Amino acid sequence: MGRTVRGTALVAYDGFSARYDLDRIAGTFSRPTHKLAGQSYIDKILILDTAKGGVASAWMLHEMKSRGVAPRALVFNSVNPILVQGAALADLPMLAGFDEEITKAIPFAAEVEVNPELGILEIISER
Amino acid sequence: MNLTEEERDICAGKFGPVPQRALKHQTAVGTFFGANDFVPVTQAHIMADTESLGEAGVSWLEELAAAAEGQRGVRIPTITDPRGTDFAKAKFLGQTSAMLSLEQRAIDAFVKLGVVMTNTCINYQTIQAPARNEHVAYGDTGVVIYSNSICGARSNFEGGPSALAAGLTGRTPRYGFHLPEKRSGTLYVHVEFTPVSLNEWGALGGAIGRIAGNYWNVPVIEGIEGAPGSDQLKHFGAAMASFGSVALFHLVGLTPEASRLADVAKPDLPKFRVTNADVHALQDSYRSDDRVDVVVFSAPQLSLYEMRALAELCRGREFAVPLLAVTSPQVKPDADRLGYTRDIEDAGGTVLSGMCFYQSYAREIAEANGWKRLATNSAKMVNILGGYGYRPMLASMEACVDAAESGRLA
Repeated sequence: MGRTVRGTALVAYDGFSARYDLDRIAGTFSRPTHKLAGQSYIDKILILDTAKGGVASAWMLHEMKSRGVAPRALVFNSVNPILVQGAALADLPMLAGFDEEITKAIPFAAEVEVNPELGILEIISER
Repeated sequence: MNLTEEERDICAGKFGPVPQRALKHQTAVGTFFGANDFVPVTQAHIMADTESLGEAGVSWLEELAAAAEGQRGVRIPTITDPRGTDFAKAKFLGQTSAMLSLEQRAIDAFVKLGVVMTNTCINYQTIQAPARNEHVAYGDTGVVIYSNSICGARSNFEGGPSALAAGLTGRTPRYGFHLPEKRSGTLYVHVEFTPVSLNEWGALGGAIGRIAGNYWNVPVIEGIEGAPGSDQLKHFGAAMASFGSVALFHLVGLTPEASRLADVAKPDLPKFRVTNADVHALQDSYRSDDRVDVVVFSAPQLSLYEMRALAELCRGREFAVPLLAVTSPQVKPDADRLGYTRDIEDAGGTVLSGMCFYQSYAREIAEANGWKRLATNSAKMVNILGGYGYRPMLASMEACVDAAESGRLA
């Protein structure tokens, strides 16, 4: 879903919920137990395991994008309806459902290209 | 997706731009999940607190609401989840006029769209529970898991924009839990502990949610003794959905699709066990202090029976720290009439209506009031509030009320 984008990958085998995990004012992961706690997600390509938590992300991605504090794209091993609905409203590129565990396949901070139309995630360069 | 003639007309704009936009959004989501077609739905339930919407979301709603009358209304009963405030108690919460103004704008837009402002996440206890096999488009995850599992209705998690779209078109893409084949169990959990208190039911749901860990997983559960009631199952399901993004579970011999294990489970499902120690380990993992700044009962909103139980515990007490009890606008008048509100507030507590604590600018009201250490009997809420800067602690209703009086959680 969405257009092709390039950016720096923020990778973790952990869940994602805009309400549970983020300080959406500061643009950082704020839940203390999240593996990306303290990291800025702004303009990053988030590569995470799956969606967690409630339905608020469906609005919040749209709201975050309007203020320029959104990730550039979302990539998951598996995704729930809320994040797909949220990405559709926010016009945010999203990709999920790979042949391998994508959180293991992509090195942290690699430069990657996400092509949702073709369903391809390509490593451009590693840090 | 295969579209009916009516859906093609909606797409072509024959009914105006509002349903056209709604169906376009739904088609994008349905296409992502490989839906073949749409399924008619009878009810929609919208989660849309203004902390989530922000200025951008409210402006988006206002744009829809500005369409010509006759071209902007919902087609089916469409109701709302808790709002971001109780206007009568906003000053007490420390909410700003900007928050209230945004809230009012959202309400005005929803009303123009024909949405019924029920402001509740316990509509299955207060408005109208869905029937078995009824296809619905519900928002709040606690509402979805209860409706799917306990009522046998059919819904996916529908975020606010998608639930509103379903209200505007009267349908939703047929994928996920609308399909019979997606409702079979994917893991088997044997529970070796039957909870008593609501916090234990929530902690058990949370423990199973952590095991399931994925929207597409459907736990099949055995080992519960007796027959839990609506409030127990409410906390159980809400926590499972919160900790694991789970939308459907089966309790063998109790829930409608699982008369027998074989109805919902193949013999080779992965097997798990949850013990008393697991449930209490989850609860104890949140115990970071013995002092509390605030006690909150919310998430889900309290039923009349929970309000009654809380009122009995509050009678004759004098609280040292704030105690907040959050219920629905449908329960609140009865709680007032029956004296429950008076019992809670005479002790120094505050009864709030039509909102939910974590959907009401939780970070900002914490900063405004100096609230950090929070005691609650809601497992769902302790899972959420860590990200908002709180140190939430899970305990029984009795222990929480004691903490409100002494300032310490025993």
